[in-house]
Amino acid sequence: MANAKWPEANKRTLIGKRIDRTDGPLKTTGAAKYSYDINRQGMLWAKLITSPHAKAEVVSVNFDAAAKMPGVKATWKDDSIKDVQYVGQIIGAVAAETEEIATEAAQRVKVEYKLLEHQVVDTNPDLSKDKPSQREAGKVEEGFGQADVVITGQYGCPVITHCCLESHGQVTEVKDGELFIWPSTQNVSKYSDRLGETVDIPQNKIHVDCQHMGGGFGSKFGFDKWGTIGGILSKQTGRPVKLMLDRDLELMIGGNRPSAFAKIKVGAKKDGSVTAVQTEVWGTGGNQGYNAPPVPYVFTKIPNTSITGRGIRTNRGGQRAWRAPNHPQGCFLTMSAFADAAAALKMDELEFFLHNAQFTDRADIYREELKIAADLINYKQKAHLRGQGGGGAVRRGLGMSIHTWGGRGHDSTCDVTINPDGSVEMKIGTQDLGVGTRTTLAIVVGETLGLPIEAIQVNIGKNSYPPSGASGGSTTIGGISTSSRLAATDALNALLEVASKKLDVPVDNLEASGGSIRQIDKPDTKIAWKDACALLGPNPITKRGVCVPGEAQKQKFLDAGVGGAQIADVSVDIETGIVILNEMVAVQDCGLIIDLKTAESQVYGGLIMGITYALFEECVYDTKTGKMLNADMEFYRLAGLKDIGQLKVHMMTGQGYDERGVVGLGEPPVISPGAAIANAVANACGVRVPYLPLTPDRVITALQQKGGIV
Amino acid sequence: MSNGPDENGGFSRRGFLKGIGVGSVASGLVAPFVPSQAAEDQQLRGPGEIPVTLKINGQSKKLNIEPRVTLLDALRNRLDLTGAKKVCDRATCGACTVLLDGNPVYSCTLLAVEAEGREITTVEGLGTPEKMNAVQKAFVKHDAQQCGFCTPGFIVASTAFVRKNPNATPEQVRAGLGGNLCRCGTYAGMLLAVSDAAKGGA
Repeated sequence: MANAKWPEANKRTLIGKRIDRTDGPLKTTGAAKYSYDINRQGMLWAKLITSPHAKAEVVSVNFDAAAKMPGVKATWKDDSIKDVQYVGQIIGAVAAETEEIATEAAQRVKVEYKLLEHQVVDTNPDLSKDKPSQREAGKVEEGFGQADVVITGQYGCPVITHCCLESHGQVTEVKDGELFIWPSTQNVSKYSDRLGETVDIPQNKIHVDCQHMGGGFGSKFGFDKWGTIGGILSKQTGRPVKLMLDRDLELMIGGNRPSAFAKIKVGAKKDGSVTAVQTEVWGTGGNQGYNAPPVPYVFTKIPNTSITGRGIRTNRGGQRAWRAPNHPQGCFLTMSAFADAAAALKMDELEFFLHNAQFTDRADIYREELKIAADLINYKQKAHLRGQGGGGAVRRGLGMSIHTWGGRGHDSTCDVTINPDGSVEMKIGTQDLGVGTRTTLAIVVGETLGLPIEAIQVNIGKNSYPPSGASGGSTTIGGISTSSRLAATDALNALLEVASKKLDVPVDNLEASGGSIRQIDKPDTKIAWKDACALLGPNPITKRGVCVPGEAQKQKFLDAGVGGAQIADVSVDIETGIVILNEMVAVQDCGLIIDLKTAESQVYGGLIMGITYALFEECVYDTKTGKMLNADMEFYRLAGLKDIGQLKVHMMTGQGYDERGVVGLGEPPVISPGAAIANAVANACGVRVPYLPLTPDRVITALQQKGGIV
Repeated sequence: MSNGPDENGGFSRRGFLKGIGVGSVASGLVAPFVPSQAAEDQQLRGPGEIPVTLKINGQSKKLNIEPRVTLLDALRNRLDLTGAKKVCDRATCGACTVLLDGNPVYSCTLLAVEAEGREITTVEGLGTPEKMNAVQKAFVKHDAQQCGFCTPGFIVASTAFVRKNPNATPEQVRAGLGGNLCRCGTYAGMLLAVSDAAKGGA
């Protein structure tokens, strides 16, 4: 009998090894079909009519010129829209025979507006009109009284956007009362939950299919307004309709990460112990409410803290979950202020962080991770106190940060089928955002059945498969590894029962290993997998695995809560303000790792995405017109190959980690880079550059305001 | 402040500036297509659909398209060759990269009519899942992909790069592929993959 418990290290044949992603060949050859790539027979193209104004009353909308164009097949107007609240807000849509005609037709729709006064500024807390949020623990004033040094600083990071390379959208085909949809989504199983209402098609007649999707990062959970529009236009025309956001709309309305600016006061004793942290934080999530990021972040056991949060409603596109919501902001604010406190104490930053690890939930892990990171980057040889790295135009420095995330697996169900011919297939309503979901599923089922990963047919991406949670918050791997392990174990045990009778060996004495079913006490007595499956006669075995997260956590299939440490090494040209990342290391734990190769890729990816927002990313809005000035990829900059320096990733594995079970990894590595790089810049040039991204103008301004080099 | 070598860290202004990445401009191998002089001799074509013949992956394809249709849209929307992706649509990100007479170009900013008479190679023409070229194999081996949406563009640009630079250093790889962008952050694997592929030939 097989036990579903994760196997011990010496019994693992696939789990934890470096295994190539199974859909790699499809992706490298262009054979992988993304939602954007779906071309249906007779398909129309839809384009949106959107507001060019940040705030206005919609007086009239006239489709006449557009509707008259040859090739235009349908128009749609949102009758509920009386006014617009941000540039890019959807007013209507057109569908036409070709993309070119649809684009031109959308431009010919005449919309009359009455302009209203807009507000897009998020840097001034006095613009907040919402009730502030407040939280206090301990007695802050007493805490500052105990401190030997008290520093006050102002810090901030702007609104940035997800900039998924595959923009939001879908292909929709309404046919014979059924709706077929190919969306770019992070949420296959529940994508259609409320889509049906909007197009009057029952949920049991909606078929969702997303085999490959080009990035989501938290912005692709719902069907969105364009999902509804695609359904309406397809129903209206009786033809399939493709509607994907153009790049400018993708950046303006496809979601963004809220800004966070703060005044932070930190009190610390001579030995480095932080005694009190007082924070006023403000920012915008567009025309929505605002959740203040946590400060102090990670160091949650500091006895005396208070935080006031103020949201500023702006006429900008709305926020969406952005990889580790609120953590990168809370991390950047906290770690910046802490590094400034260390500098004020003239204390080595690493020593300061190691000392204050006592105020975290996992002091030993952070200390271990910080020490490994320090070794990997040769900290001892390179470190110097802030601004004391020598003269010259180019100054070098180190900075660090630590972070945490939950990452407990989500609800997940999965079917595993063993066929009489020996083939194995699995069905699960999950999705692959690029993390290697297919690969990890094949590893878990292959490991369980003693088969190579090539033997496992993995079916994902459809809402007709057993439901599995949305991929958000690093919850996927815990959920799907548990449900697939349980399903595969049950299926195997059913096979072993059959084999036991036919072979006259007690079922407890049988196991699957190396492509065979063998006797545990006499491993040489075995039958090939295929022959064992032939014993099933005409009946395949299908078993369903169900991951109930709470129960699965108790049984150590999965767990929650990880730590990570990162150190950056930068050079700053104090004359031009240019920052270069020389080297960066990431040390990360995430419980039991299923595929070490794709896990490492997640961490590299998090680092690089973090380097990007540390150095380049910002949605720039023009105060006067209310427009986003860089809604393209030329001026909304992503890091390129030359910008990332040398990267090193170290995964914490083995005892103390593996036995926890599986924990998600998507969010954690992206949290620290902004903080670590900003601290490295401060260490290098001797002056805090308080605002991300660390562009030359900000570096020069900071140097000038502090009177040059400290 | 001196512009000379830094006595402490061994940094010089000159060396530093050489290391500056796409912080300034995309410096990669892929370039927007500049029509040749010959194009001026062509007759005015359109408006409305016109017959266009494109030579793609060794096959001749006849299309009726408006002259304003880009090569990228002709490939994706008319020929169902969807390996090249539409991302920035402004010659910045390289997801649409194809080879034109062996040279990488951004197909989003090249009209299909301008590509007539040229040899067009898309990612589909470089290999199949069963028979990948050296670059494709190396991308799989080094996991130089996540969501994979930028990957075909990188494969085409990298294939052109290693053909021209079989002994490229990592620094040359970084510069040579500066015209392509990835959002998931797969560059670490790419550096290894392209260096590896250069040795093996593509």
